[in-house]
Amino acid sequence: MSTPSPGKNPKPLEIHDLTVAYNKRPVLYGIDMVAPKGSIIGVVGPNGAGKSTLIKAVMGLLPTASGWVSIFGKTFKKNVTRVGYVPQRESVDWDFPVSALDVVLMGRYGHLGPLKRPSKKDREIARACLDKVKMLPYAKRQISNLSGGQQQRVFLARALAQESDLYLMDEPFVGVDAATEHAIIDILRELQSQGKTLIVVHHDLTTAPEYFDRILLLNMRIIAYGKTEDVFTFENLQTAYGGRLSILSEVALQRFRSKREGDLKR
Amino acid sequence: MKGRDRSCGGAKTRLRPGTALLPTFSHRPERVDRLSPPSSFRILSILPFLIVATSAHAAKIGELADTSWTDQAIDFWSFQQPAVLTAVIGTALIGLCCGLLGSFLVVRKLALMGDTLSHAVLPGVAAGFIWSASKDPLAIFIGATIAGILGVAMVNWIKSTTHLKEDSAMGMVLAGFYGIGICMTTMIQNLATGNKSGLDKFFFGQAAALSSGDIQLLAIISVFTVLLIILFYKEFLAISFDMGFAGAVGLPVRALHYTLMALLAFAVVVSLQAVGVVLVSALLITPAAAAYLLTDRMRNMLLLAALFGIASGVFGAFISYLSNNLPTGPFIVLGATTLFIAALFCGPRHGILPKVIRRRRQRKRIGMENTLKAIFHLCEDTAFEQKEFKLKQLAMERNIGLTDAERETNRLAKGGFATLIAPPDSETPNLSGKSRIQLTDTGWARACEIVRNHRLWELYLSQAASYQSDHVHDDAEEIEHLLGEEIVQRLEDRLANPIQDPHGRLIPGRDQVRA
Repeated sequence: MSTPSPGKNPKPLEIHDLTVAYNKRPVLYGIDMVAPKGSIIGVVGPNGAGKSTLIKAVMGLLPTASGWVSIFGKTFKKNVTRVGYVPQRESVDWDFPVSALDVVLMGRYGHLGPLKRPSKKDREIARACLDKVKMLPYAKRQISNLSGGQQQRVFLARALAQESDLYLMDEPFVGVDAATEHAIIDILRELQSQGKTLIVVHHDLTTAPEYFDRILLLNMRIIAYGKTEDVFTFENLQTAYGGRLSILSEVALQRFRSKREGDLKR
Repeated sequence: MKGRDRSCGGAKTRLRPGTALLPTFSHRPERVDRLSPPSSFRILSILPFLIVATSAHAAKIGELADTSWTDQAIDFWSFQQPAVLTAVIGTALIGLCCGLLGSFLVVRKLALMGDTLSHAVLPGVAAGFIWSASKDPLAIFIGATIAGILGVAMVNWIKSTTHLKEDSAMGMVLAGFYGIGICMTTMIQNLATGNKSGLDKFFFGQAAALSSGDIQLLAIISVFTVLLIILFYKEFLAISFDMGFAGAVGLPVRALHYTLMALLAFAVVVSLQAVGVVLVSALLITPAAAAYLLTDRMRNMLLLAALFGIASGVFGAFISYLSNNLPTGPFIVLGATTLFIAALFCGPRHGILPKVIRRRRQRKRIGMENTLKAIFHLCEDTAFEQKEFKLKQLAMERNIGLTDAERETNRLAKGGFATLIAPPDSETPNLSGKSRIQLTDTGWARACEIVRNHRLWELYLSQAASYQSDHVHDDAEEIEHLLGEEIVQRLEDRLANPIQDPHGRLIPGRDQVRA
């Protein structure tokens, strides 16, 4: 069994043999990947392929069945401030009584200790991040008064406020207008030029090769991973989206069932 | 049943004549023995109500003399009697805790959790009662907390091991625990031994039954709750809004969630005595919901909910005192519900009343602007030669009746947008079809603005959004009243300061609008 890459330049993200199961039913099998510094990696695959699960498991938000994750050579818990996160927009209740600025300030919480309140400097950072996504005029608005695209920008601003080196983004382009999509991609490129690493869950095959320089094709296991031009082949996509997918999930289900019966007999 | 009768008798000695709420059947216990099983079940089911009704007079907030209610009110608010003070402090603290914690329940859509918890604690109350063989606050507190946690754990267990959803699990656990609790309390009531006074108060609450031990416990829990919410406000806010993100920034999500749930369980348990099992959940949800209608900031919501909670609590204790110590719980909830209804109707942002007023005001403004526009059109039709017009002409142009035209004209005159000119056969201007109307300078500027908005929008739709020029009018009719200065500016830039609309008519210039 290998260990996280040692030395002075540990990789932003290294995943080794990661398996995740919901209620004992595996949804991700033996994931191995290394993210080089300064890359934008698109995580692409059909619905239910485990794309969101992968990034949640990286952050330890889901229990893992096996394997390990290393963030800049350490565990996630030790390097929590070096990871920024953009969850899916639908994952929260937008009627929640907070302003756009309040949401962005939450990005600073990781840097604050317990019992500490956001300082003036944190507020300045949050405002600057809102400005970067062109949402500063809406800082005081309650978040339900924002359009879908604006809400997504607020989420992006919150991640920017985390001032991290590795960003994990879950479907940041879903349900946004064209202007927001361009604004987001501009910011992603800017982050990349600052040497940050981005891992973006994406479901739109048509724009994927344009946006990402690396692609991780996922369907419960890694179908292919590498430079976009190498990965984005018909065969790979066929494998990820085509007929074999159902066989894999069926086998997985069967294995799960037989395992459970074995558990019961014991 | 005989045991019950004896305790009723004890209560009766303190009753004033004519106010007895005793159920009739308690006077003839021999009939009860002959009841067939189904009807005894029926009596069992109404037992909690009887318990409350028969012994509501047993506990009183202070000594009540035969006085008018104003005297009683003065008596209450002067806090002369220590018992009154105890009840007020108790209900206020309960309102505070429930308001604060309820806010988190409401924004996290966990309102039913409060309901489940409050019903699930009843077996624990009974168990604590049996264990200590009296109404010992600490024993009941421990028993109730354990039962509450057990109930919530059971909901989680059902949810995670079956495909039943949370609401079904909650509904079952709630009713199941409550049923067990009722059976246990009934059994205790029927026991021949032990001091069983006070158990009945747990159903609908009685602030008068709060002991100094209860108040101490309440004070501790309240201080604890307020302190934790102040210290960990940012953490609680983060997990309430976005659990996933809170975990991603390294907050101990689980610990925070369970802290909140534990505080909730404590709050429910210490509230039982004054509010009762049945209605505690209302005190958790209603003040918070009322606050949610009035503000869209979590901080303000917490403050308002706490305030509403305290107000409802004290109100409940007060009414209970006035009405000869009827159960407190229903009155507390009544107070909270009144506040909620007030917030629902009068809340400045989401209230129904302000909404209606806003809509009416807007309708009036649109009517006025349409009249201004109509006068502009009349001017335009005469190539801006004629400046004053008969009301009849105006009514025709606006396609409304003469009375409506008169009313609109009157409004314009009042607003300083137009002046009325007396008809030739009269000295003073009056509202007859012969009167003439002329726009003032402000009226003219406003009319130009509306027409400009209308025509700019038509042009924008037909040029930038490639609408057919005969499709644009209806849309512009609406939009003209809504365009702000900034958007008009942008439209003009986009359309390169146009002169004509798609129908070839002139667009009033910026200088005309300003004039």
